[in-house]
Amino acid sequence: MTFLVRLARSQAGASVAATLLALAAVTLVVIAGGYDIGHAATALWNGSVGSPYSFFTGTLLRATPLIIVGLAVAVAFQAGVLNIGAEGQLLAGAATAVAAGLSMAAWPGWISVPVELVAGMAAGAAWAGIAAVLKRRFGVLEVISTLMLNFIALFGVSYLVRGPLQEPTHIYPQTASLAASARLPVIIPGQRLHLGFVTAVVLAIVAWWFIRSTAGGFRIRVVGAGAAAAASAGRVNVDRVVFGAFLASGALAGLGGAVQVTGVTYALFEGISPGYGYTAIAVALLARLNPLAVIVAGIFFGGLEAGGAGMQRDAGVPSGFVSVIEALVVLGVLAVDRARILAGERGQPTTGEQAA
Amino acid sequence: MSGGPFTAFLEAGVRTATPLAYAALGELVVERAGVINIGLEGAIIGGAFGALVFAGAGGVSLGFAGAALAGILVAALFALFVVTLRTDQIITGTAMSMLGLGLTGTLYRTMYGSAGASLHTPTIAPAPVPGLSAIPVIGPALFDQPVVTYALYALVPALAWWFYRSVAGLALRAVGEHPEAARGAGISPDRVQWAALLFGGAMGGIGGGTLVLAQVGTFAEGMSAGRGFIAIAIVVLGRWTPFGVAGAALLFGAASALQTLAQTTGWAISYQLPLAFPYVLTLVLLASARARTAAPAALGQRSA
Repeated sequence: MTFLVRLARSQAGASVAATLLALAAVTLVVIAGGYDIGHAATALWNGSVGSPYSFFTGTLLRATPLIIVGLAVAVAFQAGVLNIGAEGQLLAGAATAVAAGLSMAAWPGWISVPVELVAGMAAGAAWAGIAAVLKRRFGVLEVISTLMLNFIALFGVSYLVRGPLQEPTHIYPQTASLAASARLPVIIPGQRLHLGFVTAVVLAIVAWWFIRSTAGGFRIRVVGAGAAAAASAGRVNVDRVVFGAFLASGALAGLGGAVQVTGVTYALFEGISPGYGYTAIAVALLARLNPLAVIVAGIFFGGLEAGGAGMQRDAGVPSGFVSVIEALVVLGVLAVDRARILAGERGQPTTGEQAA
Repeated sequence: MSGGPFTAFLEAGVRTATPLAYAALGELVVERAGVINIGLEGAIIGGAFGALVFAGAGGVSLGFAGAALAGILVAALFALFVVTLRTDQIITGTAMSMLGLGLTGTLYRTMYGSAGASLHTPTIAPAPVPGLSAIPVIGPALFDQPVVTYALYALVPALAWWFYRSVAGLALRAVGEHPEAARGAGISPDRVQWAALLFGGAMGGIGGGTLVLAQVGTFAEGMSAGRGFIAIAIVVLGRWTPFGVAGAALLFGAASALQTLAQTTGWAISYQLPLAFPYVLTLVLLASARARTAAPAALGQRSA
């Protein structure tokens, strides 16, 4: 217990402690549900890291969109923008990337793939831009506007795959598949892991450097820490920083969608995202909004989802279980954070640690 | 059901609107107390599952009680975090949705087997009101519905009266507008928000229970299908008033019913357009000054 308490004192430690608490709770539930815990744990292990295939094509492949969209959420939240519309921005990016890719089937991959990704980013930024404009011009709460835009994006995809973008035979509600040249290349022979994973890691490093070391990143952190304080200091244009972070967040989420269609599904259909935009909120929070930690949290959640599929297949544990773990991790982080703040207030009122 | 496709469309609209109206009226009370519960989805799916378990054991009435109870349990966990521990409302709410969806899916498969079995709960049949249900066109829509729908006809005016004419309603609105001032007047914001959230949870649970007990007759994983988020849109579109919320719920219900109408009559139109319409309308309305001043001033802000 003292180990846990000491661990919880540090930033990363709080996440680890919360994760351990959540896993302990989950173990109890698995046992209470009458499942063989050893069997379930083995299946979780085998499905996520037990073999090169499960690690690269299971865990890392699933982690890729979670890292990119997790970065989207982290950037927005760092600036105090509660963008819960990553799901819609992802869909906008996916749809636009596919539309671009289908029209460029004859082009060489080194042209068409970057165009697809950039188109996805632009669409994601534009979709977020609607909420950003509503916030800036009319003071509309982004929580509500991005939520509405998620639904509208979903109906939009539903319309596109039955209308203008439907595959040529007009039977299935999906688009035609992208030409082989218009797909993200696989990076390990025999595995499905694609270049998008490398992109995700590079982006995380760039975002980390940007937020930590540039004037723009400093402004984002200042605004996120308290918009009023930044404004009164007079040097930071709060509206502009918020607007920029909102668009950057949308661009990243849109890229997540573009990477998913060009690297995994090769086509657009309604169920293209099993809620990545929402899971990404948990990823970003577990990472304390730190872009480098988003890589770790994304791989952890990717492993949980890959392992969860394995648990369902091999041990009969329902895969909905993974959502329970994810939710408990989030609640655990929130509770541990709160406990730290309360302990800080009680213990050392003047030198209390800063909250993230 | 007689009376042609338009009557059937209206009837379907009211039927679809019923669970939405329950959830949205609950969320209305919660938001008037200054809390935004993005985790309402968790209470709805919890209520649907509670309805399955309890109705299987003791019929429709017990099913609705179980639905409300399950919704209250989910809301209590949310309240513990948001009101007592002062965690971020949005992040906590997101987690509650994930928890509700994941937990009900897991419990369902654990308790009833992985096949999901063709479980059927008893359902509540429409109870036509003599005379009124014979009114042409709108009669069947409004007065040939299950009793849960009729309960709303009393609940909406009662809630409006309670908001604007009772001391407790005033206290609730005071907390949502200015919690510190409310505290100065001797009101405990924590207690008011707890109570509002438990009520909202019960209403969300009943909304989920209505899906099972008055519509589908069984439970399916994820059957709440985003209704918690739709309810939040409905509250905005209804401009944070009980009658407005009831009207907005009808609009959202009608939009989804149009989908059914398009499919049954073989329309060539794309039904996504009418489905998306209420959301677009909500966005446009949000941009108008009147909507913004209608929102509780301290909505979503009490986490420090």
